[in-house]
Amino acid sequence: MDLKTLTYIVVGASFLLYIGIAIWAKARSTNDFYVAGGGVHPVANGMATAADWMSAASFISMAGLIAFLGYGGSVYLMGWTGGYVLLALLLAPYLRKFGKFTVPEFIGERYYSQTARLVAVVCLIFISFTYVAGQMRGVGIVFSRFLEVDIITGLLIGMGVVFFYAVLGGMKGITYTQVAQYCVLIFAYTVPAVFIAIEVTGVALPQIALGSEVVDGSGYLLDKLDKVVTDLGFTAYTQGTKSTIDMFAITVALMVGTAGLPHVIVRFFTVPKVRDARKSAGWALLFITLLYTTAPAVGALARLNLIDTVNGADGQGTAYTSMPSWFQTWENSGLIAWYDHNGDGKVQYAAGKPMEGKPKFEGETRGTHGERVVTNPSKGEAVNGAPFANELHVDRDIMVLANPEIANLPMWVIALIAAGGIAAALSTAAGLLLVISASISHDIVKGMLRPNISERNELMVGRISAAFAILIAGYLGANPPAFVAQVVAFAFGLAASSLFPVILMGIFNKRMNREGAISGMLVGLVFTIGYILYFKGVFITPMAANIPENWLFGISPEGIGFIGMLLNFLVAFVVSKVTSAPPEHIQHLVEDIRVPKAS
Amino acid sequence: MSDDTKQAYWRANLRLLAWCLSIWFVVSYGFGILLVEQLNQIKIGGFMLGFWFAQQGSIYVFLLLIFFYSWRMNQLDRQYNVHED
Repeated sequence: MDLKTLTYIVVGASFLLYIGIAIWAKARSTNDFYVAGGGVHPVANGMATAADWMSAASFISMAGLIAFLGYGGSVYLMGWTGGYVLLALLLAPYLRKFGKFTVPEFIGERYYSQTARLVAVVCLIFISFTYVAGQMRGVGIVFSRFLEVDIITGLLIGMGVVFFYAVLGGMKGITYTQVAQYCVLIFAYTVPAVFIAIEVTGVALPQIALGSEVVDGSGYLLDKLDKVVTDLGFTAYTQGTKSTIDMFAITVALMVGTAGLPHVIVRFFTVPKVRDARKSAGWALLFITLLYTTAPAVGALARLNLIDTVNGADGQGTAYTSMPSWFQTWENSGLIAWYDHNGDGKVQYAAGKPMEGKPKFEGETRGTHGERVVTNPSKGEAVNGAPFANELHVDRDIMVLANPEIANLPMWVIALIAAGGIAAALSTAAGLLLVISASISHDIVKGMLRPNISERNELMVGRISAAFAILIAGYLGANPPAFVAQVVAFAFGLAASSLFPVILMGIFNKRMNREGAISGMLVGLVFTIGYILYFKGVFITPMAANIPENWLFGISPEGIGFIGMLLNFLVAFVVSKVTSAPPEHIQHLVEDIRVPKAS
Repeated sequence: MSDDTKQAYWRANLRLLAWCLSIWFVVSYGFGILLVEQLNQIKIGGFMLGFWFAQQGSIYVFLLLIFFYSWRMNQLDRQYNVHED
């Protein structure tokens, strides 16, 4: 059986499983639709939260980022796990006690203000669509590469599957499908990692393999990697290129942003009790840890394998014509590109730019060795004492997907990776689509426009808005705006600078009032959006070069949510001091959510 | 339950939070970022200690912290008689 057929079978089987679960877990009430009836077991909720959280970015992109950033990649590892500590200790139990359906609903009631609720809805929708676009792109990449269908067909299939279980099952369908998707994705991620770890170090556990000696006797893996990459002119793998302040700020922004993401918070509304919410966050992090502690090993091994394969045993490069077949397949999809700077017919990989920016190809034209012709080569100079100029462009996003092929693993492992990538993307997309539809039907339609809507009609509006959200997500996936990669900084920055501080103060500061919360949120938002636009220019041209010399305190746009958060706290605090205290019943509400026992 | 019990429970919770969040801060921002150079002087197996905390160790500590907090809070809930039925 060839790889394509096998991949079709594995991916097809996983889809059938998801659809079967959706039929079994159909939503019958708004309670089912928004919070899965509030009866999900904490371990199941932990698994669902893990699948919800681990997106195409975690599954496909993160290990690739670590492979190329080395120590600098730690911001993602710490940032995207440390947020769960904040969530479990500071938010989840209290929001569960509050016991409603959506995040804007909490903000609206706590601050006795429809304006606050509306600002929260706007943040939520912006954050969630930003994220969904990225998931859909992930689905597209996997489909076009492994199933060799065009991206639109792949997207339509993915949208169809999500449509089926999100619209039909609501939160209940999504929760149980996510449990299955977690199992698929963690199996798909760890199996190849174990294979490669054994191949390179002889140790099966990737977490240990990262600190072990390589089997050819050339010393510890990380020492070898440090030496190999510095010889090629890169910064040592275990040293960072980011400044300490920037590492710090990015980690804060990612942690706080994680804790403030609505689709993650809402998962803790689905468990029966306050103590389940505390424990469930622990289970979620346990399931996430399995992948997140494997990722650094995958990254390091992938980097080493790539260098070994490309530069060959003598370190002088490998002839293009004798590169393994994965090289050409990824070149065909435009994610690998080669320009023969020194004209020796060999592919060489070192520090420095092989091309000016992203590679541009001359259609399907082939050069003398059969390679795709690149029209924007760089000057081709060796940098930092490297023995040759870099001739190879490798997109970071392919590292996890190509890794099993680079390491020559069996075909079924490669098919599994495809199913895992799709599971990661679909589970996150579904969770996001649900919070979007819930905030439209519950916060906007029921909360603001038609307070007397019947439960049946509200459920109907929820389903219709989920369907619309899927169509918009599909459109964004098919026509990815050029700024998808850049707006991820937005999603975390906004969550960190707007939602997290107001929720936190709503629980821990009884004196915090409407005026303080709204002004804090707006200042945090405007500052963070302004800073990111200033350097990244998402809809406009950037107003200054995005380089450390120009940054405020040396903090990059990725980390600016940290400052946005501080401003939010500061402004809210000062404003609440000079305006009147919140009404009596709100102070009682705060006292009430602080204790688990119903009063 | 009386307001005094509630307040005492809340203060106990805040003390526990302060301890947990200090550990959370030290293992990630402390060991993984601010003190990484110093800790990298220490090697355990093939790992430099600072690098290990940044890419593995801090995550394990996060995990222990959440389960510890959850266990300790359940105790406090009973001690102050504010637990759910």
